[in-house]
Amino acid sequence: MNTHLAHHFDDADQQFDAARLGMWIFLATEIMFFGGMFVGYTIYRVNYPQAFAVGSSHLQLVAGTVNTAVLLLSSFTMALAVRCSQTNRRTGTVFLLAITLLLGVVFLGIKGFEYTEKFATHHVPGESFSLSEPHSSPVDPQHVELFFSFYFAMTGFHALHMIIGVALVTIAATQAWKKCFSAEYYTPVEITGLYWHFVDIVWVFLFPLLYLIR
Amino acid sequence: MSVAELPRRHYLNANYNIWSWLLTTDHKRIAILYMISLTLFFFVGGAAAILFRLELMTPQGDLLISETYNRLFTLHGVVMVFFFLIPSIPAVLGNFLVPMMIGARDMAFPRLNLLSWYLFMAGGILAIAAIVGGGVDTGWTFYTPYSTTYANSQVMAMAMGIFVAGFSSILTGMNFIVTTHTMRAPGMTWFRLPLFVWSHYATAVIMVLGTPVLAISLALIALERGLGVGIFDPKLGGDPLLFQHLFWFYSHPAVYIMVLPSMAVVSEIVPCFARKRIFGYSFIAFSSVAIAVLSFLVWGHHMFVSGQSVFAGMVFSFLSMLVAIPSAVKVFNWTATLHKGSISLETPMLYALGFIGLFTLGGLTGLFLATLAVDLHVHDTYFIVAHFHYIMVGGAVMGYLGGVHYWWPKMTGRLYPEWWGRVSAVVVFVGFNLTFFPQFVLGYLGMPRRYHVYPDEFQVLNVMSSAGASILGLGYLIPLVYLLWSLKYGKAAGPNPWNAKGVEWQTPSPPPTLNFDETPVVTEEAYAYPPLDESSAEGEPLEPVAN
Repeated sequence: MNTHLAHHFDDADQQFDAARLGMWIFLATEIMFFGGMFVGYTIYRVNYPQAFAVGSSHLQLVAGTVNTAVLLLSSFTMALAVRCSQTNRRTGTVFLLAITLLLGVVFLGIKGFEYTEKFATHHVPGESFSLSEPHSSPVDPQHVELFFSFYFAMTGFHALHMIIGVALVTIAATQAWKKCFSAEYYTPVEITGLYWHFVDIVWVFLFPLLYLIR
Repeated sequence: MSVAELPRRHYLNANYNIWSWLLTTDHKRIAILYMISLTLFFFVGGAAAILFRLELMTPQGDLLISETYNRLFTLHGVVMVFFFLIPSIPAVLGNFLVPMMIGARDMAFPRLNLLSWYLFMAGGILAIAAIVGGGVDTGWTFYTPYSTTYANSQVMAMAMGIFVAGFSSILTGMNFIVTTHTMRAPGMTWFRLPLFVWSHYATAVIMVLGTPVLAISLALIALERGLGVGIFDPKLGGDPLLFQHLFWFYSHPAVYIMVLPSMAVVSEIVPCFARKRIFGYSFIAFSSVAIAVLSFLVWGHHMFVSGQSVFAGMVFSFLSMLVAIPSAVKVFNWTATLHKGSISLETPMLYALGFIGLFTLGGLTGLFLATLAVDLHVHDTYFIVAHFHYIMVGGAVMGYLGGVHYWWPKMTGRLYPEWWGRVSAVVVFVGFNLTFFPQFVLGYLGMPRRYHVYPDEFQVLNVMSSAGASILGLGYLIPLVYLLWSLKYGKAAGPNPWNAKGVEWQTPSPPPTLNFDETPVVTEEAYAYPPLDESSAEGEPLEPVAN
């Protein structure tokens, strides 16, 4: 009946439920993973509010805003792709997954552009960090360096998740192209979608916390 | 008991090809893979312990220099905690038994299960590489800023090893949760689940929610050491204490990852060898969940003297004491199960009783440490070393060995030599107490942990402890020998050598690859041992009790 049913499941519903529950649990671990950094960010921002505002003012607001729009749009296309696969519309699924993929790559491109700029202006934490603030500024440059530590750790891990997400979407799109999915079996699209939305939501929190506190 | 024979086809002889092991998705074979690897790690960690116990025979440092000593206790801690205790019962017994106990054919995600073993081995190899490449001297806790800035040892490789092995833990936890939710056999309702499964479910929740926090803490250490990202660096205004918070947020719950599965094992063994229904099933089930929840709220008791505010200390002290309640609920329920039972003292029962005693002692000394004023006195002394060994070795390892003996006939189809089993249980119990009880006294008298040189007046107690360690080491070698011996020469066990209740005993031993010839249908609650009347209570406990 269903060639995708593994030997240890009784029926396709059980298998689908297991896969989806597994993904939700995995996302719970991801929340805890990012949670550690959010806790650290909160503590240091309470300790050094001015330094964090100064650090934030050195980020490129336009790039960040565009990236937010790009990711939100990609979540939209991802949701549509899942819907298409549920309703047996193969070309729609492939097309929408491809758009999602493209938007993910655009996001990573803009992020790479921002990182390059940070390296050029010596805002990367480490030996070469320097801050061209006026000397009268009450802010300790080292505390700003802490802000950038969080910026790079948080956006870096987020970007890593985006890269994995792009790979997953590529696989799902290829499988959809090869007619692997139907209204009876679309588990990979569904769980890739869950993952993609999760990575988006992390960004939705990162964007205001990093870019909008100036 | 009639003479049993091994079934003709079972999971062990289904295929002899090496790839049929290395690429297996059968949860039973993965459990065996884990068992072999964990045994290796256990003896690596144990060898380190024997070496530094040897050094501690004398007050001077005459066998090891400080640097080597630091690396040895770090090796012992890291290997035992991350590469033996945390995976021990879940990855071996849990992997083997959770699907069988709920009447499933496999875990929900067999391939992720195999991946978890490979991740574990990859992490293990990184850890071994770190050890061979010079070792790590930070202690298993990796406290900053020492680990990030000053430690001149293989911190990166070791942190990466633990990071990678952590994902194996996460995958195992995911598998338990999803398997328990979606794969139960017809009639296996939540309140008919064996308590083993309840405990593993609670453990899995901790694995899934705790391990990623350890992962991020170690990743931030690696970023700081490798790339100069300075989140814990006090020079930048960073707070090294934040690392301690993040670390213990995982590593305190990790203690319950070690001990909850042991409680799972004991909850199976006690009713079987008392021939009685477990007392207070739902209390034990919910106490596991309560321990899992509370475990996340007590991490600050590791930091009473780290400059944490007094108010925070008081809150953590209070919350830590709360953990004693569900723990005691379990102990009292096991004891009540024994009451008026028809008790027989086979090897698994000896280990289980050992667990109950040692865990109680470890738990009660935990209350000393949760008390702010007393903790000031005994913090970072041998008192705490003794305390957590009573939980981790007296608790977790006793439970592991008890479980391995109890289910050995199921896993291998053969019986181990019972007399030797009892000897090993007694030797381990005696050796353990001789090793660690003197350390309570040492700590109370003020001997700090992690030093290899100490004042002369502590020597007697240290010699006692080292002597105990050699007995304990022997106690661990005996089962290794006779269990291996039994693989070839042990008597065939038959499906249910203990006359135990539980779905896993209804299938042949060793089980077929798909566990059951036909999916079992569950019609009664767990531990439905028939009531003991006056006559049968006197009879042979292992004979089937008249129904």
